Amino acid sequence: MTTIPFTYDVKDDPWVLPYRGTVGMWCLILAESAMFLIFVVAYIFYLGKSLSGPTPKEVLKLPIFDTICLLSSSLTIHLSVTQFQKSSRKGFIGWLAATVLLGIIFLLGTAKEWNDLIFKHDFTIHTSLFGATFYSLVGLHATHVAIGLLMLSIVLVLGLLDKVGEEQTHRFHALSMYWHFVDAVWVVVFLVVYVIGR
Amino acid sequence: MADLIPLSGIVDLTPDEKQPRLWLQVMHDWIVTVDHKKIGLMYIAASLMFFAVGGIEVLLMRIQLAKPESKFLSPEQYNQLFTLHGTTMIFFVAMPILFGFGNYLVPLMIGARDMAFPRLNAYSFWIYLFGASLLYYSILGGKGVFGGSGIPDVGWFAYAPLTENGFSQGNGSDYWALGIFITGIGTIGTALNITATTICMRCKGMKLSRMPLYVWLMLVTSVMALAAIPPLSAAQIMLVLDRHLGAHFFDTQAGGSAVIWAHFFWIFGHPEVYILVMPAFAFANEIIPVFSRKAIFGYPAMVAASVGIAFISFTVWAHHMFTVGMSAVANTAFVLSTMVIAVPTGIKIFNWLATIWGGKVRFTVPMLFCIGFLFQFTIAGLTGIMLGVAPFNWQLHNSYFVVAHFHYVILGGIFFCLFGAFYYWFPKMTGRMMDETLGKWHFWMFVLGFHLTFDFMHIPGLLGMPREIYTYEPGHHWAIWNMIVTIGAFVQAIAVLIFVFNLVRSHFKGKLAGNDPWDAWTLEWATTSPPPSYNFASEPTVRSRRPLWDLKHPEEPDWEYELGTENEMAAK
Repeated sequence: MTTIPFTYDVKDDPWVLPYRGTVGMWCLILAESAMFLIFVVAYIFYLGKSLSGPTPKEVLKLPIFDTICLLSSSLTIHLSVTQFQKSSRKGFIGWLAATVLLGIIFLLGTAKEWNDLIFKHDFTIHTSLFGATFYSLVGLHATHVAIGLLMLSIVLVLGLLDKVGEEQTHRFHALSMYWHFVDAVWVVVFLVVYVIGR
Repeated sequence: MADLIPLSGIVDLTPDEKQPRLWLQVMHDWIVTVDHKKIGLMYIAASLMFFAVGGIEVLLMRIQLAKPESKFLSPEQYNQLFTLHGTTMIFFVAMPILFGFGNYLVPLMIGARDMAFPRLNAYSFWIYLFGASLLYYSILGGKGVFGGSGIPDVGWFAYAPLTENGFSQGNGSDYWALGIFITGIGTIGTALNITATTICMRCKGMKLSRMPLYVWLMLVTSVMALAAIPPLSAAQIMLVLDRHLGAHFFDTQAGGSAVIWAHFFWIFGHPEVYILVMPAFAFANEIIPVFSRKAIFGYPAMVAASVGIAFISFTVWAHHMFTVGMSAVANTAFVLSTMVIAVPTGIKIFNWLATIWGGKVRFTVPMLFCIGFLFQFTIAGLTGIMLGVAPFNWQLHNSYFVVAHFHYVILGGIFFCLFGAFYYWFPKMTGRMMDETLGKWHFWMFVLGFHLTFDFMHIPGLLGMPREIYTYEPGHHWAIWNMIVTIGAFVQAIAVLIFVFNLVRSHFKGKLAGNDPWDAWTLEWATTSPPPSYNFASEPTVRSRRPLWDLKHPEEPDWEYELGTENEMAAK
């Protein structure tokens, strides 16, 4: 291959740019935040405007145990990433498994809450504005938890099969950013739906 | 125009081995490609196809409106046509064609070999094409449960409660919501990709302060798209929940609000205007300096103004809604923010004028289009300020004055820059020049048609003609103006036909362009035309904003003159 060179004798200062996955994940988080924002605004806007059906105080219980589980999963995923960076396979898999477990407990909690609401209180998305805004906001968040769990489980399985190497550090870190974001959204949802809205 | 200098850098001089290939293989290559240049070209081709469709739709509408009480179209057909026209032109033409150019040019301009996520890039394109096809499938698709129309007929903003089950009984609103939702996923993917590419893939020495303004503005556009598209997607999810699961977001009979749909839509809709115009500014930022033979005036001010516009554009949405009855405080706030956004836009206009000032201007076709853009976009901005004043807006809201205003922005501003970009980068994309004579015919015909249509469209608006009506009675003094507008529309159609003919003819018979036909300064002109799939044989290194200038003028490179960088310090 013959080429014409196109370089100057510039002093060799290091040319380091951020990892593309991290930037991509920040972009995704920006887009998701904008979407959640609209659902949160709709929830607050329609608070107390339902023409029929139950009020939030009558049917909603504070999901304190689930919240503790989800928020502590942020800590466990952080520990898992740290252990991964230290190349400690045992620590990485242990904390990751704990994260997946905590996430599953959270989803089961939401499932039970919805089951009670639908079958005991006869409260559905069709009941009132409260139903529409509640199920869409909490459901959107739960969908994100489920997607995050799916991705974490894939990493867990690959980790157990010993298929995760050094070169995946950045990727695993980007995934953990997503999980932290899902937790942060829950803080907002919890405050808006179960504290302020109740 | 041959290369002005023998050195053009980063070019692999090994001759290509051409082998005859089967038609099927070529198709297969295009379908499975993850090359940013091929994907960019597919974006542009698909958008041009939809441009033709949207153009035919508007010609049908203009025939209907040419004279009073015309029976050419039924009211239902007319509603469907203006919905399809608006939706097509914004979502399937303007946005994808501008992101298509971005796809093609951003990696080349920053000296990268591809986008940050090539497979996501291909996914974004195909999902866009799928969403657009889904909307158009509504023409063939089922009629819905009550025999209502399957074609969307609710306007491009789809105001509630017209979209609710009670009023929109066919599947038209579903096709609208889902088709746009799906193309939105593609837009978000592309925006994410361009952002990550500009931040993470720049070649050595390409600091943010040295990026071509085109890349800067595509970065700003992409970040805006990331924040602006999801609100629309969220509102569309709510609409689909309303229609199919019986939720009540926009159901006024269950306490839902129709106004909040308008808020959600315009929180997307106004930044969207700037998402479209920012890439057009970006084209002007590249074309005007090259044909004025001067570096851009006020580079840092241009970047600052773009970022300023991006922020302010998220605070002006309710100036589309002065007539819904907001409080006086809210009206005042949105009037003021609308006035404020004119300031950074004005800064840009002055910077372009200062760039042309004292330059050795070459009036080639791309430059002509950019000068047309400067005039027309300024007028569009002035009618925008008029409509931004709430009392004036109360008088003229939803009249043809508004239609004339935003077509002035989109056609007179954005599309003029876009046509300029076609003439400017066509040589890079195909290796052949577009014909200058035909290009000048295209330009002058389009200017004539554009002004016939949209200058005179303001007048029936001032006389009280509302938009989105399928016909009108004689005796309002509207008829003569509508006839002129229709004639102008057909003149524009002829101009576009000349353009398409020029595209096709130049692709096969155009003059060979060489690597750098315009004697330009950004990195895409350093490689061959068309560039090889790997773009650059070796990674370039840059030391200023105009790397090719430095290469051609080693005796006075830019880095000795550029202000505001550490180069200046070093020079001292």
